[in-house]
Amino acid sequence: MAAGITYTPLATTTLGSNTASVTFSSIPSTYTDLVLICSTASATAGGNELNCQVNSDTGSNYSFTYVLGNGSSAASGRGSNQTRWAPGEQSASFENPTLMYFFNYSNTTTYKTMLSRRNTVSNLTSAFVNLWRSTSAINSIYLYNASGHLFLSGSTFTLYGIKAA
Amino acid sequence: MPILGILASSVPAAAGAYDSIATVSVGSGGAASAEFTSIPSTYTHLQVRFINLQDSTQNIWMQFNGDTASNYSWHDLFGDGASASTGSGTNDVYFKIGYVGSTSTSYAGAGVTDILDYANTNKYKTARTLAGTDVNGSGGYVLLRSGSWRNTNAVTSIKILPTSGNFKQYSSFALYGIRGN
Repeated sequence: MAAGITYTPLATTTLGSNTASVTFSSIPSTYTDLVLICSTASATAGGNELNCQVNSDTGSNYSFTYVLGNGSSAASGRGSNQTRWAPGEQSASFENPTLMYFFNYSNTTTYKTMLSRRNTVSNLTSAFVNLWRSTSAINSIYLYNASGHLFLSGSTFTLYGIKAA
Repeated sequence: MPILGILASSVPAAAGAYDSIATVSVGSGGAASAEFTSIPSTYTHLQVRFINLQDSTQNIWMQFNGDTASNYSWHDLFGDGASASTGSGTNDVYFKIGYVGSTSTSYAGAGVTDILDYANTNKYKTARTLAGTDVNGSGGYVLLRSGSWRNTNAVTSIKILPTSGNFKQYSSFALYGIRGN
């Protein structure tokens, strides 16, 4: 069996001021999966999501299914023909760890599936399966705070590449 | 804030804690299963990352060391877009990991299964999975699953198979080893 070191950090940023969006661009196609880890907060309280688009696609090509628990009940929902994914939660304090797994992101045969864990520690935990109906390789990831709010200074975003043997 | 790809990286290089061990890619003829054999015992944990395309909308299972006896159990929590549900199995001949919600080649399921302390001979083996498939409103699940193999042997082989039918072309299963200190 071949073995090779992988899980390579590709890019990271720590926001030095409140910021509207973060973009990872020119993502190399040489990995098998991508992992994106975000530790974020919103500069404005209330009703926020961390949203995500890929390859600058603003069309209705996104969908997702989720399951969540909020301490008193569990629920599931889905969004179809969306203009973005909503893989992350945003509150006004740093209690919103978000993990995103992009599978086979550079293949040009299948639509792209992304799994995410969306959390606000004081409120809920959830898991999402996300679909982008495109066979294009993902070469950029755009993250923004919903409702035009800003990411709070100190938010961190780190992208890793995993290469299969 | 644009980040110019890897040029913006300020994270130090990986210290080699996560290794790619092997990959099974399904070819044009499909496959009834995917299997990793002769897994080295030199890691602390294993991780399987997978994309699954199938010729029927079914779960996929995992078995260790060729054991097809009733030595497995599992639980899951899942959402189908309308409600959250849970399931379990005891004395099964497998534990569940993934699912696919469409037989179309476009819609792949995906998942990550962590197999903890796989080479430890003092404990039964446990695994956890995050998996799912979304079909833009036409089916699919998101799944959180755990599994147990009631055996203290080190895991030396892993078999992944659909409940019925075959994996289709472009399915891919990649095995990684995670080192400890």
